[in-house]
Amino acid sequence: MTETGKTIWQLFTTFLRIAPATFGGGFAVMPAMEKEVVEKRKWMDSEDIGDVFAVAQSIPGAVAINSATFIGYRIAGIRGALAAMIGMLLPTFCIIVVLSYVFLQVKDNPKIEAAFLSIRATIVALIAYAAIKYGKKALVDKASAVLIGVTVLLLFVGGSLIHPLLIIAGGAAAGIVIQAIKAKLGQERSKELRQERSGKVQEQIFDYMI
Amino acid sequence: MRMILLELFLTFLLVGFIAFGGGYAMIPIIQQEVVERHGWMNVTEFTDMIGVAGMSPGPIATNIAIFVGMQQAGIVGAIVAAIGMVLPSLVIIVAVGTIFFRIHQNKWVQSSLYGLRSVITGLILYAAVVFAVRNELVTSVSWFTLSQLLIFAGSLAALLLLRKHPLTILIISGLIGIALYS
Repeated sequence: MTETGKTIWQLFTTFLRIAPATFGGGFAVMPAMEKEVVEKRKWMDSEDIGDVFAVAQSIPGAVAINSATFIGYRIAGIRGALAAMIGMLLPTFCIIVVLSYVFLQVKDNPKIEAAFLSIRATIVALIAYAAIKYGKKALVDKASAVLIGVTVLLLFVGGSLIHPLLIIAGGAAAGIVIQAIKAKLGQERSKELRQERSGKVQEQIFDYMI
Repeated sequence: MRMILLELFLTFLLVGFIAFGGGYAMIPIIQQEVVERHGWMNVTEFTDMIGVAGMSPGPIATNIAIFVGMQQAGIVGAIVAAIGMVLPSLVIIVAVGTIFFRIHQNKWVQSSLYGLRSVITGLILYAAVVFAVRNELVTSVSWFTLSQLLIFAGSLAALLLLRKHPLTILIISGLIGIALYS
């Protein structure tokens, strides 16, 4: 096997091993990735992987998949990215396929039905918790509070009529407009933005994925 | 059959491109597409699926994609949905990954992310209410409603105060459900 071929194979197997440890999303995956990639394989240093995690969180998609793909890409180009991504995806794919089949068989069982009556309330709590965690990051000034309010209001009025794409694009556009107005008015840019621009804010990674 | 495969692929491709935030923050976008726009399942079925996806290893969003694909069109559907979901990650990383360190600091990118964070918070807040209402957490003044509110409050407290892992909370909640409702 050539040197690159070997690296690509190692990328695949490394993420194949990490993947099943990622219960509940990226909660557990980032420390595990850091250990494998930085300490064991010495593919990059801990500062580099910090950058990878930061970018993985800023772009859309699952953070664990983004991180693996990005690490693969930086080490061995597109083929590396593919190898890492497939390695990350394969174990959970098989598990979910089996689980979804099992779930279909047992979901009408009275005990399972009873369990899910309770689990549904817990899922609502998980989503509420995500709103709190995410809201803390979003809420940096009055304008962001207004934007959150307007979004909720629009959703209650328009609901499913508003295409998600429109909401996301609208959010990005609103962000640009708000910051531009602030600049015009001579106000300082929003707190977190200034910090991030000076590169000081390293977002809390391990607690992130919820 | 081909139609549904194409629809699955395109739907999760869109989700993969616009679902910012990772983890449970992506659920409102997936819900909007899967439940509201395509009607592939109702909110209760979707919630149960989140429960199973949350108790399985792997990123919750890709788990949901695989689950929906599997349910709509079997194993091929699952593969197609999963590819749709992760393709945007690959494209974005290959296209902008290496320069993103620089453009990450860019004023426009930062301003967009600032707006996105607020909008996503709004989406999650709205989703929490929709999930609560349509799963009939609160129906009438009854023992059932009270127990559901207590499970909700207990789960939230376990997350916020005890900082328990979601998996632990889901399993304990399931056991409580069996004890209470069967």
